[in-house]
Amino acid sequence: MKFLDEYRDADLTRKLLADIQKTVTRPWTLMEVCGGQTHSIIKSGLDRMLPAEINLIHGPGCPVCVTPLELVDKAIALASRPEVIFTSYGDMLRVPGSRGDLFAVKAAGGDVRIIYSPLDALKIARDNPEKTVVFFAIGFETTAPANAMAVVQARVQDLQNFVVLVSHVTVPAAISALMQSPDVKVDGFLAAGHVCTVMGYWEYEPLAERYRIPIVVTGFEPVDLLHGILDCVRELEAGRHPVLNAYARSVSREGNKPAQAVISRVFETCDRAWRGIGVIPMSGYRLKPEYGSFDAEQRFPEVRAIETKESPLCISGLVLQGIKKPLECPAFGVQCTPQTPLGATMVSSEGACAAYYRYGRLDPASLAEPGKRR
Amino acid sequence: MSPAPDFLGWTCPRPLQNYPTIVMGHGAGGRMMSDLIENLFAPAFDNELLAQMGDAAVFKLPAGKAAFTTDSFVVNPLFFPGGDIGELAVYGTVNDLAMRGARPFVLSAGFILEEGLPMETLGRIVSSMATAAKKAGVRVATGDTKVVQKGHGDGVYINTSGIGVIPTGAAEIGPALAKPGDVVLVSGTLGNHGIAVMSVRAGLTFETEIRSDTAPLNGLVEAMLAAGKIHCLRDATRGGLAAVLNELASASQVGIEFDERKVPLRPEVDAACEMLGFDPFYVANEGKLVAILPAQAAEVVLAAMRHHEYGKEAAIIGKVVAAHPGLVTARTAIGGMRVVDLPAGELLPRIC
Amino acid sequence: MCLAIPGKVIEIYATKGMKMARVDFGGVIKEACMEYLPEVKLGDYTIIHVGFGLSILDEKEAFETMDLLKQIDDMGEEGTAA
Repeated sequence: MKFLDEYRDADLTRKLLADIQKTVTRPWTLMEVCGGQTHSIIKSGLDRMLPAEINLIHGPGCPVCVTPLELVDKAIALASRPEVIFTSYGDMLRVPGSRGDLFAVKAAGGDVRIIYSPLDALKIARDNPEKTVVFFAIGFETTAPANAMAVVQARVQDLQNFVVLVSHVTVPAAISALMQSPDVKVDGFLAAGHVCTVMGYWEYEPLAERYRIPIVVTGFEPVDLLHGILDCVRELEAGRHPVLNAYARSVSREGNKPAQAVISRVFETCDRAWRGIGVIPMSGYRLKPEYGSFDAEQRFPEVRAIETKESPLCISGLVLQGIKKPLECPAFGVQCTPQTPLGATMVSSEGACAAYYRYGRLDPASLAEPGKRR
Repeated sequence: MSPAPDFLGWTCPRPLQNYPTIVMGHGAGGRMMSDLIENLFAPAFDNELLAQMGDAAVFKLPAGKAAFTTDSFVVNPLFFPGGDIGELAVYGTVNDLAMRGARPFVLSAGFILEEGLPMETLGRIVSSMATAAKKAGVRVATGDTKVVQKGHGDGVYINTSGIGVIPTGAAEIGPALAKPGDVVLVSGTLGNHGIAVMSVRAGLTFETEIRSDTAPLNGLVEAMLAAGKIHCLRDATRGGLAAVLNELASASQVGIEFDERKVPLRPEVDAACEMLGFDPFYVANEGKLVAILPAQAAEVVLAAMRHHEYGKEAAIIGKVVAAHPGLVTARTAIGGMRVVDLPAGELLPRIC
Repeated sequence: MCLAIPGKVIEIYATKGMKMARVDFGGVIKEACMEYLPEVKLGDYTIIHVGFGLSILDEKEAFETMDLLKQIDDMGEEGTAA
């Protein structure tokens, strides 16, 4: 496939790995923020090929992992209602709530449907006027334009039976919170290439300046990831902390203006709880008051008072911030496995705990000091 | 697409087309049900065992060891590019027998029909099964029909059980027989069936030329066995290549290492997987098998496969090792390595 | 949030007042909304996420970056300028 295959070239990958090896003179800790990047790193085996000096931490960049427990529980409550058709992206179906997950609701007879695009959810609403369609609008800024358009179209098409359960999270505030945490020790960031495709990267300039860390906008294929890592390491070695763009074929400094316009029309920034981490101020989106009639929580006020019960054993928040490794969790591999996950980091295919679980069985020694994998 | 049944060709003067849909009476054991059998099932499957019309079919088995398997088919939608539930029901059971080195001999076919199912739909499915049975060289010797109330089924569920015969003296083939040093091969391109079904699944439709690869593998297996020794055979259905390799690694307590670049994949299957966020090694297949065999037999068996209709794109993809027993690893396109686990459950399109 | 892949725009039309396109992903074709890419043309390669086009891939930029990455670099001082 064009624009994919070239970025998976084995020779170029080897060459860039060598470039990185030639550039590093001391250990550096980099955090990649996007779950898609984590997924690509593990799937390609890149994490085991990087020079030992590079310690890559998988940050809280997976909307699945950070969707607050309360919202998962609300989703489950709504999906269980007989008059509701609950539509969601596939990722969320196996995320554990306080009691069960959306898959369990489906098994018990709930009408839970996986959709590929939010426009599919609109179609379901049009085709089923006697039901209320709830759409689980999760994601980072990358998905916000699509989710926003669904709301805009619902108004344009005068759909009375379409509501959204919003759980959007945004990246810059999260980076700020991470850098302010005394436990987090990150030297540089790989910013999420598709988030920046939408939002641009101008928001990261004050962050790089304030915290004196290089931030490199990075893509998703092996060559892109190595490009981002190489750029980041070069800056670190030179003692510089700019914002660089290593995904320029898709990202510009300003980003996609029409998309940003629709986001601003429908959403406003708000405080958002990140599962396992806590509330990060101004790190989420909620519907603007003028679109309140499309808010699932307003349409179904009963779900407002949901009692959540996080597993006391789960430390996924600490893992997401790179403060603890999955192996340090007492429940890891015991009560918590991919088949019986306690938290989202074990459910998500790119969750750090799931990744460690896979590799741990292969080569326990490699996990003792992740920076020294080979 | 399966051909429409030929209603005019039937001789019964009381036409089935008086009942354009299945009703409860069709499963009640009375006149309506025997009409259905006489005018739909019997002419379609048309063999002397079924014609016995006894409570059980009675026959002599050829010499050898008997192999017995059962499978139920609940695929939705009923019809998809390249096949339908009927074809799957026949080939699925035929293939399970073939995977133990057995020659399929007879099948049973049990139908659970939902009230309201259009007769034409049932006719098309049965017609499809009849064609598949002929192609596989197997007879449907006995059957059963039940009807459930509307809303309690998915149109049609089919169960097929099959008896096959392993010729006397044939070497055993089983999941626990893989040995370090063995070679792993697949019979052709993977992921076609899963993507074909996905492409017509409500809410996910996309345009593609991909068709299900459902096919009878007994002929291919016979050709392979004639060419060389085989340790393990598995048809790669739900869970894809990953499920099969993990099961074999676990049963044999060996490690399996394969090379991602060597797995045959149609470019469109690759593209569809990229689009939906699927790993092609987890996508379901139908008419594809995975074989583990001693290294010295590999080239000869591969050649025999490539000569066969259903093995033209067969390829060696990996090897069995003594290291990491029970675990499957893959060399990635960039030369890295990853662990390929058992799939967690149903394959779900992702955004993340 | 991040699964978005490149596809080639092969047809552009409007549905319910929205600009839409048929996009070819290496042999698989799916519809996507182009409301966020008003200047998109036939033949453009776009990044598509959950059925929405988010950017038009800059081929020239891609070639230049690729060239840069492939160069044997013995200075270790250059980065990709923001």
